[in-house]
Amino acid sequence: MADTVVDPRPDRGGPAQPLVIAKSLKRHFTISKGLFGMKASAVRAVDDVSFTVEKGETLGIVGESGCGKSTTARILVGLTPIDSGDLIFDGEQLGGDLTLKDLWAGVQMVFQDSYASLNPRLTIEDTIAFGPRMRGTSTDDARALAHELLTRVGLAPERFAGRYPHELSGGQRQRVNIARSLAIRPRLVILDEAVSALDKSVEAQVLNLLTDLKAEFGLTYVFISHDLNVVRYISDRIMVMYLGEVVEIGPVEKIWQRRAHPYTAALFAAMPSMDPDDRTEVPPLAGDPPNPIDPPSGCRFHTRCAFAEPMCGTARPTAMPVAGDADHMAACHMLDPASGHSRAAARIAELAA
Amino acid sequence: MASIGTSIAASGPPKAVVRSKGYWSGVGARLRRDPVALVFGTFLFAIIGAAIFAPYLGLQDPYAGSMVSRLKPVGTPGHLLGTDELGRDMLARLIYGGRLTLLLGLLPVLFAFMIGTVLGVLAGFVGGLVNAVIMRTVDVFFAFPSVLLAIAISAALGAGIINSIVSLTLVFIPPITRVAESVTASVRNLEYVDAARISGASAFTVVRVHVLGNVVSPIFVYATSLTSVSMILAAGLSFLGLGVKPPEAEWGLMLNTLRSAIYINPLIAALPGVMIFITSLCLNLLSDSLRTAMNIKD
Amino acid sequence: MTEALVDIRNLNVRFHGARTVHAVNGLDLSLKPGEVLTILGESGSGKSVTLKALLRLLPEKRTAISGAMTVDGIDVMSLKGRALADYRGGTTSMIFQEPMLALDPVYTIGEQIAEAVCRHKGISRSAGMDVALDMLKKVRIPSPERRLKNYPHEMSGGMRQRAMIALALSCRPKLLLADEPTTALDATVQIQVLLLLRELQKEFGMGIIFVTHDIGVAVEISDRIAVMYAGTLIETGTTREIIRDARHPYTRGLLAANLHDVTPGTRLEAIPGAPPALDARPTACSFAPRCPEAGPVCSAALPPVLTPGAGRRVVCVPKADRFAGATSAAPAVNA
Repeated sequence: MADTVVDPRPDRGGPAQPLVIAKSLKRHFTISKGLFGMKASAVRAVDDVSFTVEKGETLGIVGESGCGKSTTARILVGLTPIDSGDLIFDGEQLGGDLTLKDLWAGVQMVFQDSYASLNPRLTIEDTIAFGPRMRGTSTDDARALAHELLTRVGLAPERFAGRYPHELSGGQRQRVNIARSLAIRPRLVILDEAVSALDKSVEAQVLNLLTDLKAEFGLTYVFISHDLNVVRYISDRIMVMYLGEVVEIGPVEKIWQRRAHPYTAALFAAMPSMDPDDRTEVPPLAGDPPNPIDPPSGCRFHTRCAFAEPMCGTARPTAMPVAGDADHMAACHMLDPASGHSRAAARIAELAA
Repeated sequence: MASIGTSIAASGPPKAVVRSKGYWSGVGARLRRDPVALVFGTFLFAIIGAAIFAPYLGLQDPYAGSMVSRLKPVGTPGHLLGTDELGRDMLARLIYGGRLTLLLGLLPVLFAFMIGTVLGVLAGFVGGLVNAVIMRTVDVFFAFPSVLLAIAISAALGAGIINSIVSLTLVFIPPITRVAESVTASVRNLEYVDAARISGASAFTVVRVHVLGNVVSPIFVYATSLTSVSMILAAGLSFLGLGVKPPEAEWGLMLNTLRSAIYINPLIAALPGVMIFITSLCLNLLSDSLRTAMNIKD
Repeated sequence: MTEALVDIRNLNVRFHGARTVHAVNGLDLSLKPGEVLTILGESGSGKSVTLKALLRLLPEKRTAISGAMTVDGIDVMSLKGRALADYRGGTTSMIFQEPMLALDPVYTIGEQIAEAVCRHKGISRSAGMDVALDMLKKVRIPSPERRLKNYPHEMSGGMRQRAMIALALSCRPKLLLADEPTTALDATVQIQVLLLLRELQKEFGMGIIFVTHDIGVAVEISDRIAVMYAGTLIETGTTREIIRDARHPYTRGLLAANLHDVTPGTRLEAIPGAPPALDARPTACSFAPRCPEAGPVCSAALPPVLTPGAGRRVVCVPKADRFAGATSAAPAVNA
């Protein structure tokens, strides 16, 4: 009966199968300079990035501008093609058993700019109903579905369905974007700075809504934000990126207690203190993040790292478990006893304590 | 896990939804509140109306000359706006002349709007090689001044109304294509187009629903600003003998044939020019108002 | 009371246009010399408008401003022509969120600073260049001699923000207005710029009015915080007082929404609803419709100004009076 309105993509691999396995994702953008595009340089937006997203979890991705978090998000929804690497969604490989169209049936995205992500010439209900209609739902059913979703995200359909995006506030528009992303019943929703542009009081409402919807529809989230407080609140695990690479990944509370990578530590230390009697006195890092065009060699963080040694500029670190915990990995020479970094032994002992 | 859709059957018909005004009715409402648009729109409407209904206005025959009443001044009884060098009634000729001139002003722009939009949207949305081929071809046309281009094409095709329309259409395709391409390229990068793509729609549907609707208004506004140029160019072609041929009434051609009368009765000789001026002024001001009215963000 | 550097009395700002916007209503604010005050508020709260009003940057034709503003003894409202130009950039200077829009792209950083100094201080061009170099050193731009000859687009975001600060401080203003200068920056760069501003403030001894929506930033930079909501100043106090002992329900809501120290998985205490439209001058507490503690009195009349301590102001109906019910037709739920 009405269940035929929208068919969710069925679970294939079972609960133990990660929903997403990303293996050595690479995406370089070439920029041509000069009259005939002779001098080409590459932006290494995403360079050898591997991670998994388990079913039902929220993976938070943090990092500064140019770290590749938005490119990673666009790769996950198939909006940006990969140069090399594997993207496996619920056991099926993109480009193999899984076509882009199949991927889009399971993954949707909520963008940062709530205005630019809504077609200004379509009413709210037409925007939400567009996806289901493209998948063969009848106009009436799609419209009814849009109304139901509007109710779920807290917007009364009688008042909002017939309106245009410019007649809504930022918070209301972002609710519409969330409703639109759920309309074709995805299993994974990528939230790319989805609450960053909202006022704090509205942000909290939307975060509560996201939590409710996740439980209600059994969703998995990838949540991208520059706000560590928000990421800590909503995520189960977090992934820290720097200049197109993953520097640390692990359960949120473990990282909060043990910031294994110097960059993670700096990022956390850069958070405003919220205590007027204990304000930040020394900036954790100097200078701006380097340009991702032709990034530093070796460990990309070595140009800003307080512990950098000559070997950091030549050898690229591999991800090592932190304190013997395979859930918590970081890519730093100080965690690798065989790396030759003079602080390695002391640092490993310190983190194990 | 809840399932969306299961409760639709139970919830019955959707409740009455408050609908906002559609885009075009919003544009119409804003235009009606704009005094400039109202005044000059009425003017233009009158000129176009008079041209269309010229045979029913009880005017004199625009082709019937009289050797005895040549170049009569403005205000002559029976000839409100005087007569031309062959003694034909100026009022009748100006109103009849509007038919051809307006046709030559509007039709080429309309055709160029349709062709240029298709080319520009194609170039802007597909990008890559398609963009390079279309836009570089367009650039070749840009190397020539539009007047020169119109004259060259007209001269190659030969004089005549149809050929004038064809040559002017060719003149206006490049600028409209260029505007359409740049607007499309900026819309293509907006996130609602990404969102439409990941909802699984075909490229054609994405363009039809999400791109076209948002690029048509700026292109249209630009095209309306070209109608006055087109009219003047058409008048110019006729003036040079490359467009409409005598004894046809057309403002540019009239300007040409009355040239010799400029020392005898300068006011009469200037009248077709005044008509061209007023009409293109109306078109330009209306195009400005349209641009304001089509802007969604208040 | 000590002589105030900035004194704003009953400032009202109204924009006309397609619809009227009451952007700022009855704002009273003062700043002591050398003090850092943050105006904290969300979009549409009137915080940036207040700042622009202080520099007379609002479009005159579409704006109706009333009230009194003095900065360092200058009556800002009556300034005209040359005196206004001297005031802007001389006595009072401003830095913005987007330095790319505030810096002129066709002049080098050095030329822009030198020009400002020459204009305000009447010194020679080469002396102006010396000041420019000195300022770039003061804002800790690496290799300042080279950067002097850079155009804005040749610098990174954090560097441009430093250059804009150098430009703003080059004429030694007594008052610096900062409109969200760190919002567009990355976290690790934001903290550098905040610390730099703090240091320069100590060195130059100027007063700063800093506008932000981020409480954390406010805590890092300011001595005092003023919270605005829907065009009204609702609470003022020292940073400690606001963080440790917020009295207004809106301020408390904002503090909770910062998510600092929130246990993951617990439900957030979000302020419901959205800020009101500003098309009419408020006749009652603007926050009452969203306030979890509001009573009938709150939506009946403008709330009183409470002064729980020296320099402390809270615009809120005292808890005990909220359900007095005398002025409202609505039945009191419980007294």
